[in-house]
This record gives sequence, structure tokens and C-alpha cells, in this order.
Amino acid sequence: MWVDFSLHHAWLIPLLPALAFAIISFFLLRSPQLASRLAIAAMGSAFLIALGVGWAVVSKGITVEAPFVMKTVWFSMPGLVAGMGVLIDPIAAMMLFVVSLISLLVLIYSTGYMTGDPGYARFFAFMSLFAASMLAMVIATNFLQLFVFWELVGLCSYLLIGWYFHKISAREAGKKAFMTTRIGDFGLLLGILFLQIAFGTLDFGELAVKVPAYVSQNGAALMTCVALLLFAGPVAKSGQFPLHVWLPDAMEGPTPVSALIHAATMVVAGVYLVARAFAIFSVLPGAMTVIAWLGCFTALFAACIALTQREIKRILAFSTISQLGYMMLALGVGSLTASMFHLMTHAFFKALLFLGAGSILHALHDKADIFEMGGLRKSMPATCAMMGIAVLAIAGIPPFAGFFSKDEILVAAAHVSTPLYIGASFTAFLTAFYMARLFLVAFFGEENPHDHPHESGMSMLFPMGVLAVLSIFAGAVPFALGFGDWVRFGPAHHAGIDWGIASASTLIALAGFSLAWLIYGGGAKRSDAIAKQAGVLYSLSLNKFYVDELYQWFNRNIVTGLARVLYWVDLNVVDGIVDGAAQKSGAVGAILRRFQTGQTQQYAAVMLIATVMLALILAFSAGAVAGGGKI
Amino acid sequence: MSFPVLSTILFAPIVGAAAITFLPTTAGSSIKKVSAAAMGISFLLSLMVFFGYDWHSGGMQFVEELAWLPEMGAAYSLGVDGLSAPMILLTALIGFAGVFASWRVDERPKEFFILFLLLVAGVAGTFVARDLFLFLLCYEVVVIPIYIMIILWGSSKRVTKEYAAMKLTIYLLLGSAFLLAGILMLYLNAYPAGTRTFSMQALTQAAAGGALSPEFQKFAFFFVMLGFGSLLSMWPFHSWSPDGYAGAPTAVSMVHAGVLKKIGGYGLIRIGLLMLPLGFKFWAPLIAAFGVANVAYAAFIALVQKDMKYVVGYSSVSHMGYVLIGIAAADVIGINGAVANMFAHGVMAALFFAMIGHIYHATHTRHIPDLGGLAHQMPRATVGFFLAGMASLGLPGLISFVPEFTIFVGSFKAFPLFAVLAIAGIILTALYVLRVLADVLFGPRRSEWDGVHDLHGADWVPLVVLGSFLIGFGLFPSLLMNVVNSGIEPLMPLLAKLKLAATLWGGL
Repeated sequence: MWVDFSLHHAWLIPLLPALAFAIISFFLLRSPQLASRLAIAAMGSAFLIALGVGWAVVSKGITVEAPFVMKTVWFSMPGLVAGMGVLIDPIAAMMLFVVSLISLLVLIYSTGYMTGDPGYARFFAFMSLFAASMLAMVIATNFLQLFVFWELVGLCSYLLIGWYFHKISAREAGKKAFMTTRIGDFGLLLGILFLQIAFGTLDFGELAVKVPAYVSQNGAALMTCVALLLFAGPVAKSGQFPLHVWLPDAMEGPTPVSALIHAATMVVAGVYLVARAFAIFSVLPGAMTVIAWLGCFTALFAACIALTQREIKRILAFSTISQLGYMMLALGVGSLTASMFHLMTHAFFKALLFLGAGSILHALHDKADIFEMGGLRKSMPATCAMMGIAVLAIAGIPPFAGFFSKDEILVAAAHVSTPLYIGASFTAFLTAFYMARLFLVAFFGEENPHDHPHESGMSMLFPMGVLAVLSIFAGAVPFALGFGDWVRFGPAHHAGIDWGIASASTLIALAGFSLAWLIYGGGAKRSDAIAKQAGVLYSLSLNKFYVDELYQWFNRNIVTGLARVLYWVDLNVVDGIVDGAAQKSGAVGAILRRFQTGQTQQYAAVMLIATVMLALILAFSAGAVAGGGKI
Repeated sequence: MSFPVLSTILFAPIVGAAAITFLPTTAGSSIKKVSAAAMGISFLLSLMVFFGYDWHSGGMQFVEELAWLPEMGAAYSLGVDGLSAPMILLTALIGFAGVFASWRVDERPKEFFILFLLLVAGVAGTFVARDLFLFLLCYEVVVIPIYIMIILWGSSKRVTKEYAAMKLTIYLLLGSAFLLAGILMLYLNAYPAGTRTFSMQALTQAAAGGALSPEFQKFAFFFVMLGFGSLLSMWPFHSWSPDGYAGAPTAVSMVHAGVLKKIGGYGLIRIGLLMLPLGFKFWAPLIAAFGVANVAYAAFIALVQKDMKYVVGYSSVSHMGYVLIGIAAADVIGINGAVANMFAHGVMAALFFAMIGHIYHATHTRHIPDLGGLAHQMPRATVGFFLAGMASLGLPGLISFVPEFTIFVGSFKAFPLFAVLAIAGIILTALYVLRVLADVLFGPRRSEWDGVHDLHGADWVPLVVLGSFLIGFGLFPSLLMNVVNSGIEPLMPLLAKLKLAATLWGGL
């Protein structure tokens, strides 16, 4: 009953939060309490339906090969039919579950975190729209629908990152997020257009048949280019190098927004797009290689930057980029299962890390530098314990969630290429190191005597508790229940644990922890000495390899410079010609100027005369030419 | 004959203007109410026309026919099809919103509203005319009110408003001179003396029947292209547009950018493509090339503008590039997109100008560096400005996404390289739109704007009416696309004959 209803009304999952957005925006902006309750009720119902959908997938045996599809026409014309619809398969069902659950928890958390914000109601409206867009994107049946909601996700992130719009830094961060993802969208849009023109459809089901057929007939060269164009979208959205620059700045938004962006609604959209279109990517080895290597490089690159950052949310942001690199790597080496598994576990522990960070920032009144925190374990024991769980999970210590998903990625990478495996393992070492650094410096160390932090309230601790439980069990339980039998591409993927790789990765993580303990266990002095010795390497990492500066230079000098040149041309060349012509017809102006008398009668007379003149001209020329024959 | 809906739409503003002439100059509020009532009637009836248009059957509907100048072959003949139904709705919509955007005009309100109503009536006439003579007549009616309105109620910084008005008028007149020449050639060549007619239908049949030689068509189309092109601010005939909009009073900018410009695109299809198809085929690649120039060149220039109106002015030039490319693609999808985009841009530009008008009225500046943080004091105007900006950068869910996407699909086939360059415009558009949104609306609160009024009273009307279309047609694009398509789909046999050779550069 419930299960059937959920499956056939899966479109309610995005629609309910979308309605909450509309109702709050139009009617409840001045009733914050009602607004937050409505948003939570809508998201809660969406979550229940998502649960029903998940159950339906299992009980009805809906598989990746035989998804449940409903479609309707959005607009159509000869040669172009755009649909909107619902596509439920195990991948989508898992995403619906993760996204709606985390959105719900973040909304509950926000009731505590955002208390006192003048835009409280509006915040819940935007968050609802954010979740709704992501949920609608997840159930897209075709590329256009996906693109539509993909862009709306981008819009919401722009609005929420720039939430504190009175701050210049927040305003610029929102703009940067929008612009950077726009650049990727340009490629994505070109790819989509090419698919539409070459295959006459954007439907995932039809493309999954037509593209492989095309590739086996005509070779992979052209389609590889198209796939890489499509991939430009995920590169920007999922913060892959070199379009990762917006993600660290996105911490300018309120912390619940960061949690949502990093865990559920924004950055995983790119990974999901590649997974959704895996039928296209998987037949193109060239594209897959690029994805794998770019993912691996991003994972390593971002981890190197995270080593030296000082602001808590910035460290977490680079860790997200790094973990997204893992997910891309998994896709690139052909394991959709590993990628989606890591997406899920990462969503839980990353959301927990951000909510924990929010709890700290709330207590310390937005003091973000971890080296100024110190000794928080005594004043914030619950936050400390839950952050600890998340750190163990992200570092890949068994039996926490991250261990299982990371292990699958390492196994998949090891099957394909040893360099990729080594890169991924080294990243795991760095991850364990910088996460331990964050934890040790913030929670242990000396207490700062000027701060009087206090533990957060229940509305904030409860969602964190749920996520902590999930960070512990969301790896082992799905693993035992056969996650890979459902969420997969191609034949079922029965990965047992490869004990060699598993023990190696556990040892690597422990090594990372130990090194961090050696350096940061005894206060910050030792770390400063090491930073000095590292010299150039340290400043490269601290300054994020100067990628931002490069872009700024390009924008300031090349783009704006060209714009100024063109403006000069417009004023002096194009307009110059017109002004020259205008001066010659100055006489006309002098005549026309006499009509500025403000007398209606005169205006009317002018119009009448013009009309008569026109008629006369027409009549005469018609007569004259009629007499003189054709032109 | 049933109730003459189209004539009523056309004459309601004229009757309103006539009624105002009897009112005393001092009766500002009555004058505004009469204008609102007149435009309200037009707007309601145009809604009825648009939503009552039977797009399943298509063709000309709501037809009205009266003999007028039979010896010349001109008739008072009105009707709408899928191409003109959106345009007449757009005209009445923006005219209606424009009256309310002018609610705070207290300087010579009588003259202002008389001229404004005549302007709207003229524009409406061009879209419902089924007779070229009537079309030209209405077009000429438009020019004079615009000139006078800019001179009397305009404002400008970079150039004087007199310069702006003169420049705009010269362009409009030059455009109409070219147009007149092209149309006269067509009139004289299509049928032998004695049977000549201005009937659009008959002229279209003449072209389809092979009465016009390819050389003639190429020659005549050149004039038509220059005429309509400059009206549509086709590069390099665009420079009147930013100066003109900056100089014009709010409502004139709204009508001009919103609908008047669209006569260019409408004419290129209705007259250029349908009556001179071979000429169209010959010149299409050049139109596409100019269209790309419009998109990229104007978007770049918009990046460095300091006056909000100039940003929107150049933005409007840039968006017209998409229309040109869509039309030049000579493909049913591309032209569908182009027509829909004319509607979309009209709504969006009108909303932009209405909001800028309000901000200017409240702060007395349009200079972007002087503004900032207005979201603190003007949250409602911010919503309008933001919506217009997002529509401008083609955000899905708002009106312009589907038309632009459709144009991209249509033009990608015909001119892949041009299409890619034009699509790159979405990055530039985002750059200048986000810049202006950030610099005007967001940022720290500036105390000098603490006392200013947000939207109130009549100011709400443009936001609500235009905003509803912006969102409504964005979420349910088939409301718009079905009507448009019913006008474009019948062109398929013609377009199939014109098939452009698909090369990298297109037909060049």
C-alpha cells in the first residue's frame, strides 16, 4: 500500500519541498516558526516516500536494467520532444534516500543554528528549494531534465553561499560558485546538444542503446570528445581540478548550507551525472581514463592543500574535493558500485563533520582557526565524540563506514592500474593525517582561556547523533546486505574484502594518525618548525598552488581587457560612423526640434502629415513604376 | 461578423488617448486611471486571444477584413497566427505594465500618456496587420512618440538625451527607409499592375508560386534585412539601442526593448523569409555571423558598463543575437526558438527596465559604483531585479531557458561553429549579470539609501504581471511553445527547400 503509493507518486519527493519553498516565499516570510515547521514537515514526508521507494525497489525487484519509468511531455515541436519524468532504479532510490535524509537532518539542525537570523524563514525556503532541485535531478529521465534541475541546484547554492550578502566575501563566493560551474555547464550543454542532434533523443534509456551501437559502428573518437564535454559539467560541479576553486570559498555560507552542499545536494550531482550516464561513459575507454586520472589527481592535489589550511571549514572543503576525486576515480576505473557506495558513506560522515564544525563555530562565535580553538573536548564532549567518529570514518578505520567504501575503491583501482592505486593509497595517508591534525588541534591541546564554549542544544545534537550512528554502520550493513547487487552497472559486483588491500589501507591510515600525533600531539611548536623547513612546498600548499590567483589575473586582464577594447571600438569606430552621418543630417534635427512644443495638437498633426505623406509616396511610386515597367 | 477582438485591442489605447485629451492637464491621477483602463482592456483581450488561439488547427484566427484602399490593393485586414499571437500578448502585457511603471510621472502627464498609448497602439498594429500597407503605417506611427518622449521625459549621462533621441530616430527612420524600399520592390514585382496587393497572404503566395526571380529576391531581401536588422539592433547597426534605452523614460525603454525591437525579428520571418525565401537563403549565413557578433561583442561590452541601463541595453543587443541566429538557421526548431525568445526577452527586458526605473526614481542614480547593498532597503525591487537577471542568464524554470535551448538545438545543426561561439555567450552573460546583481543589490548596507522607498502601490503591478509570465511560461513552456509552433510548423515544406548546406561555417 504505502510502498505502491510511494513508487507511483515518487514525483512528490521533489514536489513537496518545492511547494514548501513556494508557500514560505509567498505567505510565511514573516512567520519563522511556521516556515521552519512546514519545511521540515515537507522534507519529512519526502523522506518517508523515499523510504517507500527504496522498499519498492527491493520488494518489486526493480533493477538497473529494468527501471521504473514515468514520463510526460514538457514541451515539443517537430524534431524536438522534451520530457519530464521519474526514473527509479536502485541508484536513484539510494540517492533519494541519502539526499532526503541529510536534507531533513540539516533542516532540523538549522532550527537551532539559524535562530535569530533575520532571514530565518527565507533560509528554510531556500534550503527546501535546494533539496527539491537535487531530488528532482536525481529522478531525471533525460539529460534536459537533469540539466534543468542541475542549474537550479546551482542557483540555490549561489543564493545560500551568498546568504550573508552584506559581507563582500560571501557575495563574491556565491558569484564565484555560479561562474565556475557555468564554465562547466557550457561544456555540458554542448555535449547535450550534440547528443540531441546526433541521436534525436536525450532519454537515458534510449541513449544507453544508441550510443554503444554508434560507438561499435563508427569508433569511439567523436563520442569520446562528446563524453569529455559532458564531463566538463561534473568537473565544475563536483569540484574537480582545475574548476575546484569555488568549493573552498563556499564555506562563506552558513554551516548547515556547507553540510548540505558538501554532503548531499550540490557536489555529488556531478558524480551522479556520470553514474546516470554510465552507459555512455563506460563504452569510451579514453573518456574513462581521463576521469580516473583526473579523479586521482584531484584527490591527491586537494589532500596536499588540506594539510596546511588553518580554518576548520576550509580543511573540510578540501577534504570534500579530495573525496570527490575518489568517487570520480572509482567511476573512471569502471566501478559504479564503489563510487556510489563512497558517495553514500561520505555523505553521512561529511555532513557530520560539517555539523560538528558548525557546533564549534556556534560555540566560539565564528572563530574558525583551529589553532585558536584548543581543548574543546572538555567543554563540548558530545561534539568531540561525534567528530571523532567522523574522523575515524573518513580516515577509513574498520569497522567505520568509510573503511568499506574506500576499500572498494582501492580494490577497483588496483585491478585497473597500479599508479592509480598508489595515488589513492597515498591520498588515504594524507587524509588520515590532516583529519587527525584537525581533531587533535581543535579538541586537545591547550584550552584558550578567553573562550567559554558551551555544548550545543538538542536540535543540533540530535541530527549529529543520527549521522554518527550512520557513520558507524552505513558501511558494514549495506556491505553485508549486498549493496553491490543493487547499485551497480553491468554484472553484479560481489566484492569480498580483499584482505591484503584492506590491511594495507588500515595500516596507512594508522600511519597517518601516528604522524599527526607526533607533530601535533605536543602543541603547535613542532609543526611550525616543520612548516619552516618545508619552505616553498609549505607556501604552495597554503596558497592552494596559486590557482585562484591565476584565474583572477586572467579575468582581470584578459576578459575585462578585451571588454574594454571592444567598448572603445564600439564608441569610436561603430558609433563614429553613425555620428558622422548624424552631423550631416543635422538639418533634419533642427526641423524636428521645432516639434518639442508640448502641444498635443501639433503632435497629432505631425502624425497625420506623416501618414498622408506615406500614402502619397506609395501611391505615386506605384504609379510611376507601373508606368515605367519592372525594376 | 463576430466581436472585433483585435480591433478592440488596437483601438482601446487610441480611444484612451482621445479620452485623455479631454481631461485637464492637472488631472494626473484621472489620466493615469484612464490609461490603465485602456491598456487593461487591451491586455485582457490579448490574453483571451493568446489562450483562446486554437493551436491544434493553427492558421490565421480572429480575422477581420474591411476594404480600405482597393485601388492600391490595401485593406484593413487583421488576424493572428502562431507567430503573431505571442507578439500581441507581449505588446499588451508590456503596455499594461508600462502604464504602472510610469505611475510616478508627474511632469506633463497628459502628453506622456497620450503618446505612450499611441506608441503601444502602433506597435500592436504591426503585429496584427495582415496587410503590408497597414503594417508600414503602424510602424511609422511608432517613431514620432518615441522621439518626443525621450526628449521630454528622458535622462542620460554618457550622451545627452537629445543625442540619444536623435540617434534612435535616425536609425528607426533609416531602417524604415530601407524597409520601404524593399517592400515597394516586392509590391511592384509580385503582381502585374492592376492586380497589385499589399495582402501578406497574396505576397507570400506570389513568392511560393515563383513569381519572383532569385536575383530579385536577393536584391530586395538585402533592403529588408537592413531595415529589420537595424530595428532588431543587428550588429553593426546596434549602437542606437544602448544610448536610446539609456535616454528613454522607463516605460519607453520597456516598450522599445520589450516589443518594438521584436518587429525586426517578426518582419524578418513574416516578410523576409516568407515572401523572399531565396533571398533569405542567400543572406542567412551573414545574418548568423552578425548574430554571433551581437551575442559575444555586446556581452563583452556589457561587462564594463557603469550605468545599469547601458548594461541592460547591451544585454538586449546580445540577446537579439540569439534571435538572429535562430532565424538564420532556417530550421523549424531554430525559428520556434527565435520567436519564443523574442517573447521571453521582451518580458525579461521590460521587468529589468521597470526595476531600474524604480531604483533610479528612488536613488536618483543609475551609476553602478554609487549603488550597492540595495537588498537591505529594497527587498521587493531586489526580487524583481534578481528574477530579471536570472532570466537573462537563461536559468531553467524561468522564461528564457527553453527558447534559448531550442535556438541552440536548431542552430547547432546549421552552423556548428557559430552555434558554439554563441553558446559561449552563456558564460559572458552570467559574468555581467552576476556582476551587476552583486554590485547593485548585495554588499554592505549603505546608509545613504536608508530612507528610500521600496516597491509600493502601483509599482507592484509590473513586477507581479511580468513576473508571473517569467515564471509561468518558464515552468510550463508548452503554453508558449505550442502556440509558436503552430505558426512555424507550416513553414516546414518551405524550409525543407531552403536547406542550408551544412558546413563548418554554415553556408558562407
